Amino acid sequence: MQPSRSTRIALLIYGIVTIVVLYLPLISVGFASISQARYLSFPIKRYSTKWYAEALQSDTVRDLLTTSLKVAVIVTVISVAAAFFGALAFARYHWKFRTLFQKLILLPIFFPQTVLGLALLMWFNAVGVIPTWKTAVVAHLVWIAPIATLIVAIRAYSFDPALEEAARDMGAGTLTILREITLPLLMPGLVSAGLFAFLLSWGNFPLSLFTTGADSTLPEWLYAKMVSGYSPLVPTLGVMSVVGSFLVIMVAFTVTWLVRAMRESRTAMD
Amino acid sequence: MERLDNRLGFFSAVPLGLILLLSFLAPLVVVALFSIMPQKVFSLANMPDFSAYSVFFAQGYYRSLLWALGMAFAASLVLFVLCWPLAYGMAKVFGRFSLVLTIAVVMSLFVSENIRLFGWVLTLMKGGLFEGYIRAWTGTGFESPLYNTGIIIFGLVYVYFPFMLFPLAQGISMVPDDTRQAAADLGATRWQILRHVDLPLAAPGIVVGTLLTFVLGAGALAESKILGGQAVIVIADDIETAFTFGQNWPLGSALSMILILIIGGLALFGVNRVDLDAIMGRKR
Repeated sequence: MQPSRSTRIALLIYGIVTIVVLYLPLISVGFASISQARYLSFPIKRYSTKWYAEALQSDTVRDLLTTSLKVAVIVTVISVAAAFFGALAFARYHWKFRTLFQKLILLPIFFPQTVLGLALLMWFNAVGVIPTWKTAVVAHLVWIAPIATLIVAIRAYSFDPALEEAARDMGAGTLTILREITLPLLMPGLVSAGLFAFLLSWGNFPLSLFTTGADSTLPEWLYAKMVSGYSPLVPTLGVMSVVGSFLVIMVAFTVTWLVRAMRESRTAMD
Repeated sequence: MERLDNRLGFFSAVPLGLILLLSFLAPLVVVALFSIMPQKVFSLANMPDFSAYSVFFAQGYYRSLLWALGMAFAASLVLFVLCWPLAYGMAKVFGRFSLVLTIAVVMSLFVSENIRLFGWVLTLMKGGLFEGYIRAWTGTGFESPLYNTGIIIFGLVYVYFPFMLFPLAQGISMVPDDTRQAAADLGATRWQILRHVDLPLAAPGIVVGTLLTFVLGAGALAESKILGGQAVIVIADDIETAFTFGQNWPLGSALSMILILIIGGLALFGVNRVDLDAIMGRKR
């Protein structure tokens, strides 16, 4: 039962409008970042890149970028490691507490992140840990490690356990199986989980808000400025944050593509 | 084999389980304990007196809870209506364009939500992208639609759009084409097919999408702060104020507990009703 031609066209237009509306606010931010005036007003009269120059020279901005980067990298590494094993427990092995484990992983994702941040702040206080960027890593992990696990789990669902059983029948130990069979099979899932983990941590502010102590991440600084009043650096740093994410996505795609191309040329040579 | 699976499953659950035990469940216990402490204390070494909970009713905090729940509910409804045709298109009509749409929507998720909301402020404010250009071209501007309840719901709809779209699309793709065809052959109208075939069979996706958007919206803060400009105080806002300006941890904890119980109850209800293995694509 195929829908009529006009329905298909209407749906397609709807889809395109959706994409435009999704990205419209970023276009405004982009224009605002190259407006010369201190107080923004459209239509923009004079364009200039001076806010970018100012941002690049500022020590504050450098600190914000390093903190955000440090947090995102560490969160990515730990999330991917936890997600590899977590996904096996979630999807592959049929063990006693599997359904309970699945629910435990879903709960933090449903949780309001600001409240989670505050709860962690009280917990750190109760156990006597002073919040720094390191505690923000912990806060990000609570939310991002479960998401990474779900992404790897989707991949783990689609793999055939017979492969592992065959290896076991031929005398391979659990560690050998994990290294030689499971890891390569889950690799695409691990790469996308890593990408998600990095980008979600890089852009997150509700979890950082109360858990970074004296340190501050880029999105957290932006939020503070937005709530307290306009600064011409807000759109500029906003664009820089977005450009950062897109660079990471581009690098990830290029590397994946190169690896695949190399592997294909190797099999072609054999 | 079964015993081996049991052991391997347990050991692979340990790393993530430890992370969640130490940084999710333990903090929740601390929140629960703080919420029964006398007000304005900063340590758990006090006699519990549950006074923070009575303040919830006495000082009208229930109003901000109702606002948050009401706006989240409105946003979920709007999202369901907005996303259904698009999700249907993604699951059954678009073909290659589905992938384009998926990538575009996922990429937007990677931009910090505060930057996207701030972009809407720049777009909609007086002298913003819309009003500024319209005034420059036609000579007359209009009042900015910012800073009221409607715009907060719009913000929720905008930010949580992917969380409704993807579960719905997944749900609709689980409706077999043969069933719809059979219904049409038997003379069912389009409306009857929607009511008696599509909606019931896509129910898991509908449950997940609606719950996700409602629950995330109920605890959201940035939309009302950035777009709403404090036109409405939501519960997350009250919680934050209690911890920061108020310096009243027990009150903040009690308000958090109430929100957590509502959200956690709904989330568990939803998760228990949906077969996760089937939704996420189990082959066996």
